[in-house]
Amino acid sequence: MLADVLAPLETAVGVCAHCGQPVRADGLDTGPRFCCAGCRTVYSILHGSGLSAYYDKREAVGAEKRAAAPSGRGYESLDAPEFQALHATALPDGRLRTELFLENVHCAACVWLVEKVGDLVPGVTEARLDLPRATLRITWNPLEAKLSAVGRTLDSLGYPSHPLAGLDRSAVRRKEDRALLMKLGVAGAAAGNAMLFAAALYSGAFSGMDPEYVSLFRIGSAVVAIPSVFWCASVFHRGALSAIRTRTPHMDLPVSIGVLVGTASGLFHTWRGEGEIFFDTLTMLVFLLLVGRFLQQREQRRADGASEFLQALTPKTARLVEGTDVREVPVDAVPRGALVEIRSGDHVPVDGTVVEGTSSVDVSLLTGESLPAEVGPNASVHAGCVNVSGRIVVRADRTGVETRLSRLVEAMREAAGRRAPVVVLANRLAGYFVVIVLVAAALTALVLWHRGPEVALSRAVALLVVTCPCALGLATPLAVSAALGRAARRGIMIKGGTALEALARPGLVVFDKTGTLTEGKLSVVRFAGSEDAKAFASAAEAGSAHPIARALVAAFGKSALTAESTKETFGHGVAAVVGGKAVVAGSVPFVESRATLSDALRKDAEAVAAEALTPVVVAVDGEALAVVGIGDRIRPDARASLEALAALGHRLAVLSGDQPKVVGLVAAQIGVPFETVIGGASPEEKVRFVEARAAVGPVFMVGDGVNDASALSVATVGIAVRGGAEASLAASDVFCTEGGLRPVVEVFDGARETRRLIRSGLARSLVYNLAVGALAATGIVGPLAAAVLMPVSSISVVTSSYRGRSFRRNTP
Amino acid sequence: MTILYVLIPLALLSGASFVIAFLWAARSGQMDDLETPALRILCDDDGPPVRSPSHDSTPGPPPR
Repeated sequence: MLADVLAPLETAVGVCAHCGQPVRADGLDTGPRFCCAGCRTVYSILHGSGLSAYYDKREAVGAEKRAAAPSGRGYESLDAPEFQALHATALPDGRLRTELFLENVHCAACVWLVEKVGDLVPGVTEARLDLPRATLRITWNPLEAKLSAVGRTLDSLGYPSHPLAGLDRSAVRRKEDRALLMKLGVAGAAAGNAMLFAAALYSGAFSGMDPEYVSLFRIGSAVVAIPSVFWCASVFHRGALSAIRTRTPHMDLPVSIGVLVGTASGLFHTWRGEGEIFFDTLTMLVFLLLVGRFLQQREQRRADGASEFLQALTPKTARLVEGTDVREVPVDAVPRGALVEIRSGDHVPVDGTVVEGTSSVDVSLLTGESLPAEVGPNASVHAGCVNVSGRIVVRADRTGVETRLSRLVEAMREAAGRRAPVVVLANRLAGYFVVIVLVAAALTALVLWHRGPEVALSRAVALLVVTCPCALGLATPLAVSAALGRAARRGIMIKGGTALEALARPGLVVFDKTGTLTEGKLSVVRFAGSEDAKAFASAAEAGSAHPIARALVAAFGKSALTAESTKETFGHGVAAVVGGKAVVAGSVPFVESRATLSDALRKDAEAVAAEALTPVVVAVDGEALAVVGIGDRIRPDARASLEALAALGHRLAVLSGDQPKVVGLVAAQIGVPFETVIGGASPEEKVRFVEARAAVGPVFMVGDGVNDASALSVATVGIAVRGGAEASLAASDVFCTEGGLRPVVEVFDGARETRRLIRSGLARSLVYNLAVGALAATGIVGPLAAAVLMPVSSISVVTSSYRGRSFRRNTP
Repeated sequence: MTILYVLIPLALLSGASFVIAFLWAARSGQMDDLETPALRILCDDDGPPVRSPSHDSTPGPPPR
């Protein structure tokens, strides 16, 4: 029944001139066709301003075509002095510079078009797009141009822009990235040059070399190695120090010991003019380890950045009503007691009381309730809700940090601080590794003492250097960075390797209901009665912005009939004249008072209500024809995904803020054995539940709303799904940019595979270290063999990490 | 072979100058975004001058 409801109404003819999507015939257009008003606007602007070369460039670079989505916002808030003080930097010549996050940029043609904004808006002197980060750096002269004009121009081209939150934080990060890159560069140069000296020395050792030049080359090696082993490797020395201070084993500890001991003995031998120096091996080691570190950091930044950009998408502006004027201002600038206009589709910016208008408000992100709340004058609304139907004016009672939303976010931050850290496998191994290597070195020195302290000490040092865990230190970062990168390309952003390791263990997966197991929006789930009712209902509801009306129109399609004298009774239903017939659609009592309802349909309505759906009765000419059940539909992939998780050995639970009855029904309909099903849970109860379970084993929380944020942050790993609130993105370790539950399964599956890779890499390098360590202790391995063996083992680990199958499999 | 005493420091110095150039480039942010510059060159300007949509009659800036 559902399938024919959703069947496409018309077949497509032609494609959209802007985005190439199939377009339905409307019988009017003879020129280029468009799929939506957005594409039409962008097309005409591009042609009107001589920018139609965009289409050729897009074709030339073979980029994916996307529908344009101008938001039509005014961007006045970008001109507010508060905004410019907060986000813009003034250049010495009086120009201002800021960064904006742009939606929808994806290809070379976008780069070209976006950077044209400098020509389109007079007064803009520089526009530079950073495509991977989707940020535009813009410099303008405030006397000639307004930033809002830039915002509007970009918007009209189909790239809505957003001020970037946390600019100072990203500046700090960029500095860190640059510092690491600089160290990497120096380490590479040092390794290369040390290799050159070493090649000369080794060939000299075989064919004979004047001792004078031997010592020159050794001094040369020492000179190039010193910046590498002290400055570049300071990353590891610092990590080792903090590992000692906090008494937690860390991979940096054995690395640092190996590098420092090797360097000390090398410098000593250079000074004495005899004995072995290991500068070639040490510099190469530092370089390879830094490469691993750099790759991991880059992938992590990508995931961090993506979550921050999503946070930037939530509007930070409110429409302030002053007399007859409406002005767009930053949310923080709304004073208490001010009147705020909230249009349909807007986020509610403050906690307040409605003074004008009626509407339905989607509270699901805040409370988990799936049905929108009907609000009218004197009703209270909270920040973080979404206004879904009419325009309302709200008096701000609490603003900024006082809102319920802010308090929940605060609670989330506080909860995040309580979480127990996960010690990754490589670091656990590092503890044992340090002990074993140090003991082995000491034993070597003791056993060989009878052959003179010279031999004994040099063997011990050789052992420390060759076992310096290069491959061990590379195995985890590389496997993790490869997995993070592949996951990101599949729309799964993972904020770190520890989350990935924790996800590999079986545990309890706790799901939120609204928006996670279900789609989080209303749609037609059941239909009973005469098919004729559909066209009438759709026509009668076409003019209404109520979410139930929109769900009906979306499911039944646009009707060919038109409605006259439509009368909407708020919260009950709509009455209209359609094609000369009186049509009533609404709640059971509303329809009953205007039409007769047969017993069969009444039973249908009761059955629908028993499924926790909202029954809507459609009556034509005084007789009820059909009952429509409207509710929050379960995601089609829910059952398969949950079964896949159970097959991976996870236990399942549902934890929702919606009414217990609704939660129970949804759990029963999915038909997977849940360990626990809890409804009506407040954010605080969610935290308590997750904390209690996390104390006995890993808990993975999957959710989307602000009400889940604290629970996400105390869970072993928090996973936020698409469409979630800003706070839940900030709280989670993993978030999926694609809808549905399939990405969640992929997260768990990929984590398993990554763990397998890490383990095999670690095992391989441990075996290598053991073998080489034994050879060094017996004096078989000299500096030359060490210099050859070390990169070989590293390369084997690198290739196995990158060829791994994590996040490559097709999961259900 | 005493020339080595001159050549090796010289070689190290010239190597160091490249390292310093790299450090300057990294510090000034030229390595921050390694993807977009590569794309930018694909779309070098060759089309007609751009007109500002709001002032259609006024001539736009010359093509870059």
